[in-house]
Amino acid sequence: MIQLESADRFLAQMSDSVADGERIRRCLQCGSCSGVCPFGFAMEYPPQAMIASLRAGELSPLLDSDSVWLCISCYACTNVCPSKIPLTVGLLSGVKTEKLMKGSVPEELQAALTSARRYGNTLGESPRKRADWMKDLNVEVPLLAKEKKPVDVLWYVGDYPSYHPRVQQVTRAMAKVFHALGVSFGILGPEEQSDGDVFHLAGERGLFELLAGKNAKTFQKYEFKEIVTTDPHAYNTLKHEYPKLGYSFPVRHYTQYLHDHLDKLKSLMTHPIEAQVTYHDPCALGRANDNHIYDEPREILQAIPGVELVEMGHNRTTSICCGGGGGGMWLDGFAWEKAGARTSEWRVLEAVHAGAKVLAVACPYETPRFDDAVKSTNHSGDLVVKDIAELLSEAITG
Amino acid sequence: MDIVVPIKFVPDLVEELEIDEGTGQLDRTFLRLVPNELDDHALEEALLLKEKHGGTITVVAIDSGDVDETLFTAVAKGADKVIKITGEGYEEGLSSHACVELLAKALGDLSYDVILTGTQAVDDVDGSVGGLLAAKLDLPYVGYVTKAVSEGGKLVVTKEYPGGLLAEVETDLPAVVGIQAAEQAPRYVVTSLVMDAMNNATIDETEGGEATATGAAEITAMRAPEKGEAAEMIAGDAGAVAEKLVQIMKEKGILS
Repeated sequence: MIQLESADRFLAQMSDSVADGERIRRCLQCGSCSGVCPFGFAMEYPPQAMIASLRAGELSPLLDSDSVWLCISCYACTNVCPSKIPLTVGLLSGVKTEKLMKGSVPEELQAALTSARRYGNTLGESPRKRADWMKDLNVEVPLLAKEKKPVDVLWYVGDYPSYHPRVQQVTRAMAKVFHALGVSFGILGPEEQSDGDVFHLAGERGLFELLAGKNAKTFQKYEFKEIVTTDPHAYNTLKHEYPKLGYSFPVRHYTQYLHDHLDKLKSLMTHPIEAQVTYHDPCALGRANDNHIYDEPREILQAIPGVELVEMGHNRTTSICCGGGGGGMWLDGFAWEKAGARTSEWRVLEAVHAGAKVLAVACPYETPRFDDAVKSTNHSGDLVVKDIAELLSEAITG
Repeated sequence: MDIVVPIKFVPDLVEELEIDEGTGQLDRTFLRLVPNELDDHALEEALLLKEKHGGTITVVAIDSGDVDETLFTAVAKGADKVIKITGEGYEEGLSSHACVELLAKALGDLSYDVILTGTQAVDDVDGSVGGLLAAKLDLPYVGYVTKAVSEGGKLVVTKEYPGGLLAEVETDLPAVVGIQAAEQAPRYVVTSLVMDAMNNATIDETEGGEATATGAAEITAMRAPEKGEAAEMIAGDAGAVAEKLVQIMKEKGILS
């Protein structure tokens, strides 16, 4: 077997195993990717420089640098690339894989990976406590393993919505909205595992495949019409990555599902929320894989009585990532040390500048990240962060 | 340098620990067993030594918890040989004396330069496996080690003492060394390499039989720690709170 030089091997691997991966050879070196990258300014090797190095036959300088861990898999580079190179899923996660194979991974991320492999969730919590968020909830949330009957909606809840105290509030609000709408639904509870999207993008492909396999096996046990998820990352990976492994299930993000029930929702929302609200587009619903779920969340917000929707400067395809994707959720200390900046703070300042009193979100990483950024930018009292599910629940029950 | 690393499984503190009222012992019904953290550090230090000086690593584990996965993970990290000690009832937990009996038997005629153990395990915090094993094998023992360097056929280790004191200790080989912390955090190994190990590596099995060692302390009762008094919350604005904090620190002798 011919041993290819490592840079050539990397390029060949990307061409062979990533959809449209061969386009990396068509890079124009225009630098748009590096310019639009929120952390490009702090990277020794932003995407365009990575490709230049690979073309020069050099992979090792990229592996000696740890700048790839500043990538938060926000798809901003992929979105602007004129050569349509799959930069996020191909180049950046590929370099992360090479780093991981060498054991070169920041400790913070290492802990999340270890937890996910051992417990099936990134927070290092007991799998038995995965449905504990429903304790003290005044509506019933059926566990599919107990109900043993077909449902319309298998609600894939996700790691943070299940365990993180702030996001659990969103999850409880979501349960109330489903109830108010009379949705036939059920959850997996302790059987649910991390969806694996962030590990795929953080280069830990094997862990992603392991988790996807476990989830798919569980999904196959139950009868349901579709999966609806509170996590855009789960949506993105169930829709685009699971089918590549042979696991195809109909899936929608909850904003898509609720958008279909907008008339009924409108009739239920009797408590106005008088506020200027701006909406943050999550990367995994927007730019990622051209999902382009931009209108549904906005139309839901506009349906809430009293809400006035205002836009931030960066919106839809140009939305600025909260910083949590692709492993970024567990690299806060690293990113701060390397870049001295937090994208979540930029976003909060933009929301304040837009005149919003409420920053509406639709992704479980965003509530805690933006809550923190509101405090660290001294805007407590000026701006509150609410998931769309929370706003709906408030508008329904008051 | 040929290194042996024994790994013990301990209750995972992610699960709530409950005491079985009937037996007065830990209720093991829903207990999850995980590798002892300091043993993981011992493996990391072994990997660092191997990277510097070459040689082999043999990992030995008593059958309990996810022992196979743990041993295959060790192979993926760089272990050359993995041994599982099989037998009945090991899941119920073993005293340090019993562990040492099984480990010494399993090591048999194996040749090695150093045995790296975790200094202690979170289940009993007994901290005596290293010392007992050294005594049984008639080898020197150094515990609470945070660094090991091979020099001229000997091992020079950095040993921690209470009060922030460190000592450099030189030991003849073979020896048993108790690791308090590896020089770097235990590494993560990607899942694909663990899968490769599962498909290609072999776990050597050796029958451990019943451990008959005596001498271990007997657990007569277990109870949850008593709750102390609630913390005092200092009220007031930032200036007043800071002033009060300084006053408390002076009273406690932290500030002069």
